[in-house]
Amino acid sequence: MEKSTLTLRRSHLAEMSAHCLQSLPLEGCGLLVGDMSTGQVVRVIPTKNVAMSAKLYSVDPLAHLRADRAAEEEGLAIIGVFHSHTHTDPYPSPTDVVQAPDPSWHYVLVSLRGELPSTRSYRIVSGAVQEESIDLVP
Amino acid sequence: MSVELRLPTMLRPAVNGAPSLTMEGETIGEILTTLVTEYPGLSGQVLTDDGSLHRFVNVYLNDDDVRYLDKLETKVADGDVISILPAVAGGAS
Repeated sequence: MEKSTLTLRRSHLAEMSAHCLQSLPLEGCGLLVGDMSTGQVVRVIPTKNVAMSAKLYSVDPLAHLRADRAAEEEGLAIIGVFHSHTHTDPYPSPTDVVQAPDPSWHYVLVSLRGELPSTRSYRIVSGAVQEESIDLVP
Repeated sequence: MSVELRLPTMLRPAVNGAPSLTMEGETIGEILTTLVTEYPGLSGQVLTDDGSLHRFVNVYLNDDDVRYLDKLETKVADGDVISILPAVAGGAS
């Protein structure tokens, strides 16, 4: 798998952490809209976790449809998804790996296990997981 | 009926990279069956072996999830937009 980078603004990181904390005790989730070719996130879209679970997430399908259409109109795309692990490390679980929908996406994990949220990003291709670097920009 | 079928990035390699296709059919099921017949690379990704909708995708007729309409029997009209999107799910368990 090629080495890759996800580029985020600091505000995106804060937005993901805040949404995940607000979603407690459930897992929080949302989509990343950006430029697929560069891995640059343009905006974060927090969504409802329709699984309503502390151990599973499922992005609200209608929010996904709306986000996809809006992104396409701007020449952007959904380039990834974020979700929280409320009591485990920020590493994709077997469920995350099996259900990873798109090999071109970035998979961001926000762990709420520690005192402060811990965020990591991964690529998941054909069941193989590779962590990627997160480039934080102002 | 002629409709626009929009495909997510994960399915585009199987249709030569096209983001959308113009399809003919009377129902969602007929259109999806034609899709997987014309593009066998999509077999098992949109419909299951028994011909039902795969649980890892959501299919919309314009703004409505077809699971809340008549599922694969949902009728389409000229100019409708059908969107296939991956079900985005996972979790710590």
